[in-house]
Amino acid sequence: MIEAAPLTSAPVRRRSSGLWHKLLRNPVGLGAAVILLLLYGAAFLGPLLYTVSPTLTDPLNSTADPSVQHPLGTDDLGRDVLARLLSGGRITLLISVVSMMVALSVGSLIGAMAGFYRGLTETVLMRLVDTFMAIPSFFLILAAISVLGNTPPVVVIVVGLGYWPQVARIVHAEVSKIRNFEFVEAGRALGASNNRLIWRHVFPQALPSAAVLTTLGIAWSILTETGLSYLGLGIQPPLASWGNMLQNAQTYFWTKPVLAVYPGLLIAVAVLCFNLLGNTLRDLTDPRGR
Amino acid sequence: MLGFLGRRLGQGVVVLLLISLFTFFLINLAPGGPSAAAKFESTAEERAALSKQFGLDQPVTVRYGLWAQGVLQGQFGTSLNSGQEIGPVIAQRLGITAQLGLAALFLSVVIGIPLGVITAMRKNSVLDHVVGTLSTLGMSIPDFWTGIVCILLFSVIWKVLPASGVADFSGGFSFGEWIRHLVLPASVLAFVMLPNLLRFTRSSLLEVLGQDYLRTARAKGIGEFWVISKHALRNALVPILSMVGLLLPALLSGSVIVESVFGLPGMGRLAVDAALGRDYNTIMAVTLVAGGIVIFTNLLVDLAYSAIDPRIRRD
Repeated sequence: MIEAAPLTSAPVRRRSSGLWHKLLRNPVGLGAAVILLLLYGAAFLGPLLYTVSPTLTDPLNSTADPSVQHPLGTDDLGRDVLARLLSGGRITLLISVVSMMVALSVGSLIGAMAGFYRGLTETVLMRLVDTFMAIPSFFLILAAISVLGNTPPVVVIVVGLGYWPQVARIVHAEVSKIRNFEFVEAGRALGASNNRLIWRHVFPQALPSAAVLTTLGIAWSILTETGLSYLGLGIQPPLASWGNMLQNAQTYFWTKPVLAVYPGLLIAVAVLCFNLLGNTLRDLTDPRGR
Repeated sequence: MLGFLGRRLGQGVVVLLLISLFTFFLINLAPGGPSAAAKFESTAEERAALSKQFGLDQPVTVRYGLWAQGVLQGQFGTSLNSGQEIGPVIAQRLGITAQLGLAALFLSVVIGIPLGVITAMRKNSVLDHVVGTLSTLGMSIPDFWTGIVCILLFSVIWKVLPASGVADFSGGFSFGEWIRHLVLPASVLAFVMLPNLLRFTRSSLLEVLGQDYLRTARAKGIGEFWVISKHALRNALVPILSMVGLLLPALLSGSVIVESVFGLPGMGRLAVDAALGRDYNTIMAVTLVAGGIVIFTNLLVDLAYSAIDPRIRRD
């Protein structure tokens, strides 16, 4: 007896779920993702397990060597280095991700509008993008920080605004291409509004490219935030950031170089992992670059 | 050709105008900007006098007009902290940033492009993997950290290069002394550009290497060196050049940090000091000049395009 095959259509696979499976099979990308998870886990959950205060000073015990109480020693004011690395990591890693969300939102909005509407809208918006691309982002960030101050929310927005033009460019390029596809025409024939066409049909197709760029952007954002804090213009002490820990450590570089090694190493590892993850995702979404 | 350049020049002027509008209004309209001076604990007369002194009693659009007029005449106003004319200060600082930037650009091009070519030709070899790993590492290590470590190694431990400052030529110019002071900061700054340029050269060359005209060139019996340098690289050079133009803002941004690490009195350090001291006039001027440099250099890149690719001239 022949059994009839069940009448089910093949499940529709989203592009992103395919990407996820490919990433799981890529050792470099997977390794980078695991290290990042560990870094974020340590920064956000670590302080629950390691409860030493990152701001408690102990001048009699300054620049101490590692001990049972202070596993990584203490800094110039006797503060626990491990606690500061964890709390600084939380600030640095959080700022970098949130600022890239700002960049992704602003860049997507402007890039998608410019790519979809064309004409005058495109000219005006893309000229705006060119303008921001032409100003070296660090100068722009310095200008903004000098008037708006350097509280963490301002640093987040300012760093995010330093990267949105890159996102806008890539979203613009993708949306310009996708808007000519037949399904957009079909959507329009069915009476979909422009807003619905952009955000429900066209933009989701451009999102993977923007997300890859944003992953690389997080690496840039970590370097920018730590650079700002290193210059004394970012996160201010007593709040710790890997950047201001490095600035602080510079004074004691000749006597206690290890104080500069920890934050520098963590910045490099985090940036490296975001770069590797971003490059892997880019290769997986666009194999031409390999 | 002239039409092409004219169009690019026109676009550059528009972008520069937008930069000036953006920086001026960011500084002048944001809370905490110059107008915050009016919030000091002071009498009404004192506030009015201060406002008049800084021209804050006029509408912001009029102030922009006056500022822009000054900028067009090469006058950026005076520093709010030192009271000095900003134009000459920037001109003096620009020299140091230019030396640093050009040296870093030179190192990036001289090392990055040949290495990119070699790794493209030996794709997936051990060398390709080693260079690829090193360039990813180079992109990831913060330049301020590289700078500090270089100072520690070359200046403190081995004592072969100066830790900071610029060469002193009061006793006459010495090429050796100039290079000794420049090599460390320029090498650190090159890390901003070199890995990107290397990777980009590799990928643009890889795209070209499979083309039919290269097979034709080889079939005609042209040596491999000439096939690559005259045919492949020349076609890959247009995107590489545009990458150089795109990386320029990053190079200027990098100079802010490198100048601070090595204590070089360049434009980047001027921007940091102005931001720390809330010297708004200087910040506006420095941002505008930095944008102007990027636009001007991109015009030069456009000129170079048309020299490399005659199709652009005819366009």
